[in-house]
Amino acid sequence: MRANYKVELASGIFLLLGIFALIWLATRATDYGKELGDEAYYVSARFTNVADLKDRAPVKIGGVTVGEIESITLDPLSFEAVVTMRLDQRFDEIPIDSSASVLTSGVLGDRYIGLEPGGDLEVLQDGDELFVTQSAVVLEQLVSKYLFNTRSEPEAEDEP
Amino acid sequence: MATPVDPPAVLAPISQAGRIGLFLVRMLGSLRPQPSLLLSTLQQVYLVGARSLVIIMICGFFVGMVLALQAINALEQFGASDQVSLLVGKSLFRELGPVLTALLFAGRAGTSVAAEIGLMRATSQIDAMELMAIDPVQRIALPRFLAGAVSVPLLTAMFNALAILGAVVFSIGVMGLDAGIFWSKLQNGVYFQEDFIGGIWKSLVFGGLVSLVAVYFGFHAKPTGAGVGTATTNTVVLSSVLILVFDFIMTSFFT
Repeated sequence: MRANYKVELASGIFLLLGIFALIWLATRATDYGKELGDEAYYVSARFTNVADLKDRAPVKIGGVTVGEIESITLDPLSFEAVVTMRLDQRFDEIPIDSSASVLTSGVLGDRYIGLEPGGDLEVLQDGDELFVTQSAVVLEQLVSKYLFNTRSEPEAEDEP
Repeated sequence: MATPVDPPAVLAPISQAGRIGLFLVRMLGSLRPQPSLLLSTLQQVYLVGARSLVIIMICGFFVGMVLALQAINALEQFGASDQVSLLVGKSLFRELGPVLTALLFAGRAGTSVAAEIGLMRATSQIDAMELMAIDPVQRIALPRFLAGAVSVPLLTAMFNALAILGAVVFSIGVMGLDAGIFWSKLQNGVYFQEDFIGGIWKSLVFGGLVSLVAVYFGFHAKPTGAGVGTATTNTVVLSSVLILVFDFIMTSFFT
């Protein structure tokens, strides 16, 4: 029972069209290809407060995305948030004394991590930890600090 | 085929589910990789897939336009109408594309498969095949099932593509939003792994479900004109319900 020529042609065209639509959607309408290459290395940092930083949020140097957040966990002993970042291997010359801060894009925008390059000659390797971090600025804490004008402990800067 | 003994009415839906499951096992058990299976599946891909293309594309285009229209209406109140492509893209890839395509597929192709097989049953063609020692499940049911499972993801992709185009036409062409922002929001906000691949998985499951239900009801139709009618009705009703139930299950467990 051989299907006739036109039927085979039509179903072939249908299959090709479908696959074409899949590829078009994947490349034009999703972040496919915008993901970092497979070449990446992981760096972690500890923050006292990451606010609403989310997985997959960008990691930027000078406003340019160099990586993304792989995971955010809580250290069960020190109660610090441990943020693991996945950085593109192309940017493998980041000094080891660089600092990381949780920043906000725009007034109400999404949180991201900004890296400020340091001056050390030694560069970050896979599995390294950034020691100089600055936690997120939380609006409520700022407001209450202003209202009560108390000089409580300073915002966690230069967290060990 | 002997008619099964009727169970108590309360248990009817459960035993129905059991019969459909057994039918699936029987169908997959008869799967032999042969060139003839490929050929007949290809022919069914034409009948259930390619012939559903036009309706899927038209519906997709208008769904995209109405999504963009509603999204712009709502987002304008926050001055965020440039987020429209993100809203359209996410809701399409994750939910609307797979679900609406599968529902349309059930109406367009599921019914015709059920009616065709039901009529084969009514005109004793299936009994004749069994007499000739040809397994009708392997010969009739399996190619239609496979063709449905292959076609629905592809149809979903085309539905999504046309819906995105519809959204482009409405929000850029009619409402005058910026094209660059439209595409960059889409490319930055819609995730390939979670949204795109997740939707394809969903549509694969829906395609298998719809064609399984259609083939099952066709095979078990009463050999009368009314029986064929009942089979098509049951196909649409049960597959629509199953699509929405499985959509909830898949969304809640796999995202």
